[in-house]
Amino acid sequence: MTGIIGNYEMSLLTMVGITVTFALSLNLITGLCGQISLGHAAFYGAGAYAAAMLTKAGVPFALALLAAAAVAAAIGLVVGLASLRVRHDFLAITTMGVGFLFIGIVRQQDALGGTMGISSIPDPGLGKAGFMALCLASAGVVALFSLYVKRSWMGYAFDSIADDEDTARIVGINVPAYKLAAFAIGTGIAGVAGGLYAHNVGIIDPDSFGFIESITVLAMVVIGGNGSVWGVTVAAVMLSMLPHWFQFIDNYKLLVYGGLVFAVMRFSPGGLAGLFAGGLERLRRARMPS
Amino acid sequence: MLAFELFVQGLVQGSIYALIAVGLTLVYGLLRILHVAHAGLFTLGGYCGVLVANATGSFLLALLVAMVVVGLAGMAMYRLCYQPILDKPPYVALILSIGLFIAMEELFRLIFGPYGLTFDAPALQGRLEILGINLKHAEWATMAGAVIVLGVLALLASRTRLGIAWRATVTVPQMAESFGINIIQVRYVNFFIGSALAGAAGVMVALANLQVEPTMGSVPSYKALAIIVLGGLGNVRGTLIAALALGVIESYGTIYLGKILERDAIAFAFLIVVLMVRPHGLFAKAGG
Repeated sequence: MTGIIGNYEMSLLTMVGITVTFALSLNLITGLCGQISLGHAAFYGAGAYAAAMLTKAGVPFALALLAAAAVAAAIGLVVGLASLRVRHDFLAITTMGVGFLFIGIVRQQDALGGTMGISSIPDPGLGKAGFMALCLASAGVVALFSLYVKRSWMGYAFDSIADDEDTARIVGINVPAYKLAAFAIGTGIAGVAGGLYAHNVGIIDPDSFGFIESITVLAMVVIGGNGSVWGVTVAAVMLSMLPHWFQFIDNYKLLVYGGLVFAVMRFSPGGLAGLFAGGLERLRRARMPS
Repeated sequence: MLAFELFVQGLVQGSIYALIAVGLTLVYGLLRILHVAHAGLFTLGGYCGVLVANATGSFLLALLVAMVVVGLAGMAMYRLCYQPILDKPPYVALILSIGLFIAMEELFRLIFGPYGLTFDAPALQGRLEILGINLKHAEWATMAGAVIVLGVLALLASRTRLGIAWRATVTVPQMAESFGINIIQVRYVNFFIGSALAGAAGVMVALANLQVEPTMGSVPSYKALAIIVLGGLGNVRGTLIAALALGVIESYGTIYLGKILERDAIAFAFLIVVLMVRPHGLFAKAGG
């Protein structure tokens, strides 16, 4: 493997795989089910901490990843319960609060390393290429799973909830159950992504999972096109590679992010997927004389 | 005595929260937008204040210029950013606003440097003792300023034509329009006043910290969001009470909860607890 691509490309692709997994996990909640979350990095962080603590205690890597998913999904379920109580703007602020609460609590826990975080997280022993393959595979599996969900009955239920919750309730869809499912699945996957992240970088601290991280991942979802699996994947790949391709923008990275999010929402609220669909539509109209 | 001192410190902090949050709740009441970039305007106010104070040596002039500049910036922001997307789903405006806020913070950092600016000769640094409470002049001025500004605002809203037009627009926009109220004008005035208040808060915070930094808006902005939600989105009186209450709760919480929870997370713990019990905030109108 090392013969085909270098170390640098491998670490880049590893990070891309993790980021795509993370972005698609939010897409399940915000894109497909329409439940906005401004604190998704908290679940990424919960997974990262859970996995790191476990492998440091000698638990095998695969088990630690499963546990990371379970821990994140458990917290996600609690937040999902909150989404049954509050909606729209109130939910946005509540999830933002969850993000700040996560950091605020973790920073004060000596058992979790406080503000210093956790270092010397053991290597999962898959080798650089193996780990990269694992991360890319996880992104692929989550993408396929998202596409499957979209086409399933659950996907239609999510869609109707995202569209108009009250109508969904009237036509007999069990709204609370589907919302909880969206939160549990989405946050569980975010937990896996977090576990992968922790073992990729080997050192984590609370500030890696703050509001900016939550916004960054939300940016990937909205820039890709809220709900579009392809759009979000493309946006996540692009946004995670951009700073590496253009080293000079590193200092301007957040400005570019903020500016992009702003511009997309201002001029094309459907994101890349919306632009693409709009372009196709125009092409079709141009071909068909009306 | 410590308890009382903490209480007053909390009120000072609460007054600043109130100045920021009132503008935010005004915008929400009128447009149903969570205007995160409001905190960018707050930061802009701080920078304007320091720049003008250092250039002219007059603190009052600095405060005035900051309020006018930030007020105009708020109007421009409404015209260029929000007005074109008002018909889109609410998350569009929210995410746009967050993007705008991050970009603004970054611009402040890139233009004025990561360490921000400091006052050459900060005003109001003397100390004054009233009722056994010893605070800086700037802190007394913040409290007094908040009371005066918000009092004037309350008078405007209840006694003037413009204020009545504003309240009518918030309550029933279509009806207000059919009675000949210029809704667009009301929105501009709304953004001007709300932003100017944030600008004033920026200057007062700059004075309290003796400096401005690019990130000075982050924590207040998220907290102001928590406050307006607690106050029952769009409810000005509820927002004021929530702002003061949060200032005081944080002031005590830092002493008694500091080991478990960071100061800045207290607001959100409080927020989440309240929302679970009352999903539309502490002071939501019945059925709202």
